[in-house]
Amino acid sequence: MTETAIEFVDVVKRYGSATAVDRISFAIAKGELVTFLGPSGCGKTTSLRLIAGLELPTDGQVRIAGRDVSRDPASERNVGMVFQSYALFPHMTVLDNVSYGPTIRGVAKTEARDRARAILDQVGLGGLEARLPSELSGGQQQRVAVARAIVQQPDVLLFDEPLSNVDAKLRRKVRAEIRDLQQRFGLTAVYVTHDQEEALAVSDRIVVMKMGQIAQIGTPAELYERPASAFVADFIGDANLIEGRVQDGTFTAAHLALPVTAEDGIVTATIRPERIRLASGGAATIRSASYLGSRMEYVVQDENLEFLVSRPISDPRLAPGDKVDLQLDPSDLILVRQDT
Amino acid sequence: MRSLSLTSERAGHAWLVLLVLSLSAFPWYKDASLIAGPGASALFEALSGRGWFWPLIVTTALLGAASLTRSWQASNLALGLGLAAGVFYVWQGFAIGLRGPSAAWVGDLFARAQDGQTGLGWGGFLAGIALIGLLSDFVAARGFCRGERFPAFCITAIVALLTVFVFFPILKLGLAAFVDTDGNLALATFWARLSAPDLWGVGCFFGDGRCGVVVNTVVLGVLSATFATALGLALALLVNRTDFRLKRALRAVSILPIITPPFVVGVAIILLFGRTGLVTGFVADLMGVRPSRWIYGLPGILIAQVLAFAPVTFLVLLSTLEAINPTLEEAARTLGARSMKTFRTVTWPLLRPGLAAAFLLAFIESLADFGNPIVLGGGYEVLSVKIFFAVVGARYDLGNAATLAMILLALTLIAFWLQTRWIGRKSYVTVTGKSDAGLAAPLPPALKVAVIAVIIPWVIFTLAVYIIIATGGFVTDIGRWDLTPTFSHLETAFRFEFVENGLQLYGSAWDSMITTLWVAGLAAPLTTLIGILTAWLVSRQDFAGRRAFEFGTMLSFAIPGTVVGVSYVAAFNIPPVDITGTAAILIICFVFRNMPVGMRAGIAALAQIDKSMEEASQTMGAGGATTLRRVVLPLIRPAVFTALVYSFVTAMTAVSAVIFLVSARHNMATAYIMGRVEAGEYALAIAYSAVLMIVMILCVVIIQVIVGTRKLGRRQELQGRPAQQPAE
Ligand SMILES: Nc1ncnc2c1ncn2[C@@H]1O[C@H](COP(=O)(O)OP(=O)(O)O)[C@@H](O)[C@H]1O
Ligand SMILES: [Mg+2]
Repeated sequence: MTETAIEFVDVVKRYGSATAVDRISFAIAKGELVTFLGPSGCGKTTSLRLIAGLELPTDGQVRIAGRDVSRDPASERNVGMVFQSYALFPHMTVLDNVSYGPTIRGVAKTEARDRARAILDQVGLGGLEARLPSELSGGQQQRVAVARAIVQQPDVLLFDEPLSNVDAKLRRKVRAEIRDLQQRFGLTAVYVTHDQEEALAVSDRIVVMKMGQIAQIGTPAELYERPASAFVADFIGDANLIEGRVQDGTFTAAHLALPVTAEDGIVTATIRPERIRLASGGAATIRSASYLGSRMEYVVQDENLEFLVSRPISDPRLAPGDKVDLQLDPSDLILVRQDT
Repeated sequence: MRSLSLTSERAGHAWLVLLVLSLSAFPWYKDASLIAGPGASALFEALSGRGWFWPLIVTTALLGAASLTRSWQASNLALGLGLAAGVFYVWQGFAIGLRGPSAAWVGDLFARAQDGQTGLGWGGFLAGIALIGLLSDFVAARGFCRGERFPAFCITAIVALLTVFVFFPILKLGLAAFVDTDGNLALATFWARLSAPDLWGVGCFFGDGRCGVVVNTVVLGVLSATFATALGLALALLVNRTDFRLKRALRAVSILPIITPPFVVGVAIILLFGRTGLVTGFVADLMGVRPSRWIYGLPGILIAQVLAFAPVTFLVLLSTLEAINPTLEEAARTLGARSMKTFRTVTWPLLRPGLAAAFLLAFIESLADFGNPIVLGGGYEVLSVKIFFAVVGARYDLGNAATLAMILLALTLIAFWLQTRWIGRKSYVTVTGKSDAGLAAPLPPALKVAVIAVIIPWVIFTLAVYIIIATGGFVTDIGRWDLTPTFSHLETAFRFEFVENGLQLYGSAWDSMITTLWVAGLAAPLTTLIGILTAWLVSRQDFAGRRAFEFGTMLSFAIPGTVVGVSYVAAFNIPPVDITGTAAILIICFVFRNMPVGMRAGIAALAQIDKSMEEASQTMGAGGATTLRRVVLPLIRPAVFTALVYSFVTAMTAVSAVIFLVSARHNMATAYIMGRVEAGEYALAIAYSAVLMIVMILCVVIIQVIVGTRKLGRRQELQGRPAQQPAE
């Protein structure tokens, strides 16, 4: 088993009567990149700040590198953080920004500058040391922020929505750079985002959060293929959610009746849009068809159920009003308990 | 090079060591030097019969024992002991007074209690600081201020300081109102003082006799605020709604009253309108009327106050006018409204909240004003002057002064409360702030005439007053129009000679001038430090009781200077904090009176700066103090400058509180000038004032050079946001 870098044990954070983080526990292994994913306001940033020490937990324990740091202020933890706004010091040059941390921690000035220069070279900013942050482009500023966060070899590197200030076009490139850097330096990293595609692309594991609690933890593939709840299924990728019940090995919902292996009870069946096949001539009707370049997306009405279906562009093209037959493979159905 | 930081585990031990030293190595009582040796320490005093130190000493010893355990700072035991030590510390100070025990059982318990004790000295004050440090350390260890020791210490210390130097004196003063001259509770006396006819009489309205001092004060306040608001409005309209060219000059002139020492405007008015005044004489010759003393009393005070407060109302109303969206007025005009009608139906209602704010501000200033009424009052008594004479006059009556002070405080607080209600209410004036969408409506012609009619006399008057101030000190006797240039007044005040053994200062004003510079020079940086620190705590730290903390700091600003002065007299000429007659009391008084201004400036500046920059600094290992010094202060330099200049200038020119606190050894310039005015040496007073103004301007320039201006002005950068430049 690999070493644990960060551990939350029943951590609670309340602001007055509002609970931002509600009794969560997880462990992050050394060298791992873990993403906190969830809708806005679910407690991602708060969890990240709890790791950094910018908030202290109301209850529970935060451990970094095996040590209980629950009551330690940020300045006494060894974390690096890249802020959403980058938070570069506008009155200091790039070099001073990056060597700030080491000088604070007692490294001699010349040595700190050497370290800063080395890191700046690594992130591709060699030659810009004397500039002020305002004289850099957005992408360069972000790299300064990253350099500043990793120059002290932190126990953990934290990112709060690092791509929100980056041009939509550049996001893919920048996130690949971040991932590459994290692996090159062997850093433990925690990454906050509300964008599931981004999370799937960069993470070793994802912590899906909902209203201050953890909905599910797993690798991207686990979350996509075996969501633990309708919420996760819906949040990670697209999913059709069908509410129904299981009785004697059969799932029934409206006119559907599919054989499954599950206990009796009320459940939600989820099925990914790309797992549904369409054959022409059936009882269902195409309500709408969207051309998305690489694939077609259809909304199909089958009696009183509505399905989102995604088909490769190479399939025969269908148009609204066409009659189709929906073909579901029961083995593609994932049954989850009803969300409460 | 590792910077010394309070954020280490050792901080708790350091405070504990300081506490132990303060109890055992330094003299506990005042009037002994720091290095007098342990013989006068609390421990030795306790061993020689002053047993009231034992609870504190024993608790400290227990704390020492507790500190040997692991993570003791977070333990309940340590917190309990720390709080107990705090209680015993306060108790030892109040249990035994100057002349003996405050309660019989204390006297029975301790042999030497009958001897009494004097005020705290080095040991006593250091012990207080150490206790504050320890307690802040304990609460930080429990997660207060997110576990950071520096802000926790600052908050604890500022709360303690506010308690000692703002709330305790006011409380003490409030109590003084209820006791008679022997110190016994006397509700009847209080009632007699409160209901005295010379307070509430309204005879003057009915033509038979005089009005009470409270009525006088309120009448003066209302009149003065009304005229000052009207004048301020005229000036604001002139600047904002006409193509008047000298706007910058007008703004500069509006700063003048701030650096004008008190009394000197009053003196100028006397020289112009007094019985032998220049204008009086001129008018008497021209019209054949008998010169009279009409200027002494309500008219004189009113003129001086309107002159002094108009700049404040001007600035408030100017910002209100600037915030009015021109499109509203434009809309009214396109609907066919005539310009007068537009003004009446659109502009005026939008101005009303600003007018109310300006009025209340001037009213509050009028209540607090001491300098003008004492020079120009004649028989017209107001509260601030009456309080002064109750303490400083022939009949020392603290109880009476306290009662009057409480009335003045109540009036001020009511006005403040009304003001926060008016300003706090959301107004629809500032929907979009300044807008380029249209031009402000020009003034209706009739109004323009009215504005000019108000302003011309004001300009002439201001000119006359300041010409007298500028020249009066350098001619033989301006009051009698003897304009022979002379340096004799200056020489009386500031004569000096170079002799063999260096510079010799002979002038009578040197002492007060030097003290004033020292006091202002020390008070200004301290005031700025505490003000900016408080601003940072209030806007950046999330701690229990933050709102109360902010309110408490503002409250010290609301208290009129005269009230602060008597409250210090009531609180600080007896143990445990006996600092009357020192320079320290002057500095402390300025620090806590002016600190809210630095705080306001700091809060406004910090609101412009992205908080995550400080958080970034923290995650890189910087404690609160380092972050403040290396990240925050460089970015809020303008606020630091404002706070420094304001607190310096105010310390140089303040009089109302200071007049109670000066002593023969530590006299202040304003108190000296007041003495000269009372003695009728007007030319000397004017000469000194002119010198004072020049010194102040020089000092402001020096502050400007030292603090400098910030390199980066762009707002966007201050937000810490990425600049909007094309990505690579
Ligand atoms: N300083 C604070 N005071 C009060 N409530 C807060 C504070 N910070 C966050 N919250 C609340 O906690 C919840 C979680 O916030 P946050 O962690 O910022 O969400 P996310 O980053 O997932 O969008 C939100 O409901 C938010 O309003
Ligand atoms: Mg967030």
